[in-house]
Amino acid sequence: MHPLRTFAVFTALGFRRFSAYRLATAAGAFTNTVFGLIKASITVGVIGAAGGELAGYDALTGATYAWLTQAIIAPVQIFAWDELAQRIRTGDIAVDLARPVDLQMTYLAGDLGRAAFQVLPRGLPPLVAGALVTGLALPHTALPYLLGALALLLGVVVSFLCRWLVNIAAFWLVELRGLMTLYVVSVGAFSGVLIPVHWFPSWLASVAAASPFPSMVQTPVDLLMGRVEGAPALRLLAVQVLWVLMIGVAGRVALRRGVRTVVVQGG
Amino acid sequence: MCARWWFKVADPRVLAPYRALLASRLQSQLAYRRSFALDVFGAVGIGLLEFAEVYVIFANISILGGLDFAGVALLFALANIAFSLADMTVGHLDALPTYIRTGLLDAFLLRPLSVLGQLVTSDVQLRRLGRTAVAVVILAVALPASDIDWRAETVYLLILTPIAGAAIFAALFVLAAAAQFWLVDGAELTSAFTYGGSYAASYPTSIFTMPVRVLFTFVIPAAFTAYLPTLLILGIPGPPDTPVWLGWLTPVAAAVAWVVALLAWRLGLRHYTGTGS
Repeated sequence: MHPLRTFAVFTALGFRRFSAYRLATAAGAFTNTVFGLIKASITVGVIGAAGGELAGYDALTGATYAWLTQAIIAPVQIFAWDELAQRIRTGDIAVDLARPVDLQMTYLAGDLGRAAFQVLPRGLPPLVAGALVTGLALPHTALPYLLGALALLLGVVVSFLCRWLVNIAAFWLVELRGLMTLYVVSVGAFSGVLIPVHWFPSWLASVAAASPFPSMVQTPVDLLMGRVEGAPALRLLAVQVLWVLMIGVAGRVALRRGVRTVVVQGG
Repeated sequence: MCARWWFKVADPRVLAPYRALLASRLQSQLAYRRSFALDVFGAVGIGLLEFAEVYVIFANISILGGLDFAGVALLFALANIAFSLADMTVGHLDALPTYIRTGLLDAFLLRPLSVLGQLVTSDVQLRRLGRTAVAVVILAVALPASDIDWRAETVYLLILTPIAGAAIFAALFVLAAAAQFWLVDGAELTSAFTYGGSYAASYPTSIFTMPVRVLFTFVIPAAFTAYLPTLLILGIPGPPDTPVWLGWLTPVAAAVAWVVALLAWRLGLRHYTGTGS
């Protein structure tokens, strides 16, 4: 089978797998929305305290940032994911390795399928709530949505590749919980999911800028809101592509090394 | 009735099984020292991350919802001590759907012990004390930095609020677990009230609009865990429509929350019919 066709098949399977859990999806969307309400209130409160404008956000764009972030965190998947680590620990990874397909690409395809399913059911409820409660400041032209969609896609890929790298550590580490927590904390701190990276004091902003985390949340939200346009927008997309290549290659190298540690027993 | 209940609880034989369960769980967590240390480190990281949000906000402004940085830090510390203590003792209750799926709950039902008691003692997570430690340090720095008129009531509030606050969050976890008997697949729904409650509790309730304020004061009593007592501790008035004396009622809110939670838990357990074999 052509590699692209294989990729498409695994994407479709990922989509179907997640579409089976309707109630879980609705529950997740509800929770995203309640957190959106709290986050929008905090953001608007802070902007009000700053005199109505803070780092280019006014009350309406600040609230939009909060709701939009809540809308994309499910597809981008900013929380812990240890499916691959579990398969490595139990030895099921041997079955995966025996398949005549590229392991990293098939997992990426499955994850893109998951994200594609979650975009609307997990994204629309917070946005509808936002439109009703605070109003949303969304661009009126098509280009920001196009660039934003591309940035969101790249954001999902960056997120997947980072999670892949954390999971691959299971070849060497028995207990992954500490590393996983460290990862989730870093994403929370630097991706822009809690507060915009633009509010960071300069030392923290430079730490964030040197990490792949803003590429997951802040970049897609900035492009979707039309906050960044033109050449700077293309520069942000290029940064995302750079992270995809770097972390992607690191993940492949790590897998190849890790596989050497695997001993399959039995027959 | 009351005396009989007391004799029953005071009888060491009643609590002995729970003590044994708890001791075995704690021992198992401490068995792998390095792994436990890493877990505590992770919990400290989560505590620091949550505070980093407050730090970044106050790098930009000086007053939020009527409180300065020290005031919000005090409020944040109280809310986080309360939540982390509740999370340590009953936070694992949100794994109830897993217990149901794996049949562990059925095993609990067969033993002549309280199901809730067994669930609580089955997985108390000591590592979460890492987050409590972060909050205690923040409290220790925020108290001298705030302008507080020290009186007996201040000390009383500072001691009682985290305990009663922990009871409120614990009740929310039990209530959330009770809802799992109906939700099963929709378990994440309740995170909006447990973790969402904790999130809302760490900020001045005054920044919310009226309906949201009512939601996080009287429906989910998050404001009682930190904001309302903080107003009393600092001796400042809240927003005009919030009576300051509400801050004394944290224990009452905790009691009401527990009555509701235990009733819901009973209903939930009655509703449960097992997954079959």
